[in-house]
Amino acid sequence: MDFNLSKEYIMLQRMYQEFAETEVKPLAEEVDETEEFPVETVKKLARYGFMGIPFPKEFGGEGGDVLAYAMAVEELSKVCATTGVIVSAHTSLCATPIYEFGTPAQKEKYLVPLAKGEKLGAFGLTEANAGTDASSQQTTADLEGDEYVLNGSKIFITNAGYADTYVVMAMTDKTKGNKGISAFIVEKDTPGFTIGKKEAKMGIRGSATCELIFENCRIPKDNLLGTEGKGFRIAMQTLDGGRIGIASQALGIAAGALEQTVNYVKERKQFGKPIAAFQNTQFQLADMNTKVEAARLLVYKAAVQKQNKMPYSKEAAMAKLYAAEVAMEVTTKAVQLHGGYGYTREYPVERMMRDAKITEIYEGTSEVQKMVIAAHLLK
Amino acid sequence: MKIIVCIKQVPDTNEVKLDPKTGTLIRDGVPSIINPDDKSGLEAALRLKDQKGAHVTVISMGPPQADAALREALAMGVDRAILLTDRAFGGADTWATSTTLAGAIKKMDYDLIITGRQAIDGDTAQVGPQIAEHLNLPQVSYVEGMEVDGQHFIFKRMFEDGYHRIKVKRPCLITTLQEMNEPRYMKVGGIFDAYREKEVEIMTLADIDVNLEHIGLKGSPTKVKKSFTKGVKSAGKVYELAPKEAADLIVDKLKEKFII
Repeated sequence: MDFNLSKEYIMLQRMYQEFAETEVKPLAEEVDETEEFPVETVKKLARYGFMGIPFPKEFGGEGGDVLAYAMAVEELSKVCATTGVIVSAHTSLCATPIYEFGTPAQKEKYLVPLAKGEKLGAFGLTEANAGTDASSQQTTADLEGDEYVLNGSKIFITNAGYADTYVVMAMTDKTKGNKGISAFIVEKDTPGFTIGKKEAKMGIRGSATCELIFENCRIPKDNLLGTEGKGFRIAMQTLDGGRIGIASQALGIAAGALEQTVNYVKERKQFGKPIAAFQNTQFQLADMNTKVEAARLLVYKAAVQKQNKMPYSKEAAMAKLYAAEVAMEVTTKAVQLHGGYGYTREYPVERMMRDAKITEIYEGTSEVQKMVIAAHLLK
Repeated sequence: MKIIVCIKQVPDTNEVKLDPKTGTLIRDGVPSIINPDDKSGLEAALRLKDQKGAHVTVISMGPPQADAALREALAMGVDRAILLTDRAFGGADTWATSTTLAGAIKKMDYDLIITGRQAIDGDTAQVGPQIAEHLNLPQVSYVEGMEVDGQHFIFKRMFEDGYHRIKVKRPCLITTLQEMNEPRYMKVGGIFDAYREKEVEIMTLADIDVNLEHIGLKGSPTKVKKSFTKGVKSAGKVYELAPKEAADLIVDKLKEKFII
């Protein structure tokens, strides 16, 4: 057992850090303040291969793996959680299900441009009345000749409006419950498909979170992903993998807040000495660092298990549950150690604290992760 | 077009600390990088490759650890990487280094050789020009811009207060400035290729054409008598005076310290 990163991962980490520090960090505050999707950053991410890390080269990817992808989301999220989730939703929720369930023709047409970063991806499962209870889908897809006709709407869709390719779940047979759900690939600008209301959010404010509306939206029959009735399984497997991405985002937020705080406590002086000299500060930092490291081990382990084609559903759930809790705890402590300044927008820790909260909610709430873990334990 | 870029792996800091006892650099704990002037030379070569098509070879003389710098160059997009390493090369000064590099380059095809102006850990700016002399090539130092003009290159050679535009026939050697460009990042897939698919070729003494008298510690005419860290200077003082009074003040101060 070896807990050290090999030379290539160390080099990857350095490259991610250089890119994040130079290209992403300087914009993080503005992206949060203006709630504007960082279009130019996404182009740069594409140029350097961030949008197709775990996919083979034959599909336009970088020939990397899940750990390399997780580390990229971590490093980006250290400086900007918005950028982290753009890459995570694109990779885990859109490109991955097409890679894992798509036909050769679908991979050629959709995965290649996604992996190259020429196109951006999104994923639509959640509906107003189908959140954690994903099986209560109301969106329907009816086969008419060579086309499926989609009707209904999705909410809280990450990358919506900016994405070109959407993996969307809809009911092909309402009588069959979960087994009546199917997955489809929908292109933007398909007649009948529009982007609805954009959410005003607490954190990850530069990430576009919108409604998808389908009104007699006709898509080719060939855009069915997998087979009819496979949609729920595709969605659940996709979310298992997505949890590794979000766990990496949470880990990055926590690690970023810790880094900021270590710098701050060395400079901030009270009672004639840096607050780093006080034992309370030291103990808080020790706890924060220990938890960040524990979260990192869980995240990397889940990533390596997926990469090695071993079962990883439970590991991914544990990684997301724990990393999200750590992100919330560490960012809260970071704000506390910054005192009054930490509560202002002059320092990035308040943004990190707002960004952290969503990691306990999306792609399966912490409660869902506990259900998954317990189900594995008790089976 | 064939381009050879010489790079050096250096400690990532401008404040290199010296071991006060031995007078050598303390490298422990300091991450290593490609020397900045060299990295801009590398970027210039890669831009020529992107624009005109070129085969870019990167070469470094150094210990086995310099492998990382060469892999970084591969991850940025160079075609071939060569590590020139042998115990016999150790302890080389600029003369022995340039002799060794020229001994390896002599056996290769090239239209252009690029070296950085100088390394941040040595600051001599001698190796590039010396390689040109060994190979009997025209050289242009302090290059901040370049274009291709048929069988010629046109280089922008910088001075403190201006620049020359110099037209040179291939083959030739240039030394490049960090200010020349903003080097690209490595590409994610490039890093995987650099470690999983590409090779760093090793060249040793047996592979090059050199006179043993001119390499390594023994072939180095430069002898470092003593290395030391400069003492901390006291804070300066600012006077705002008319030029004449200022000149008088400076003379007084220098006399006071027995400098003049």
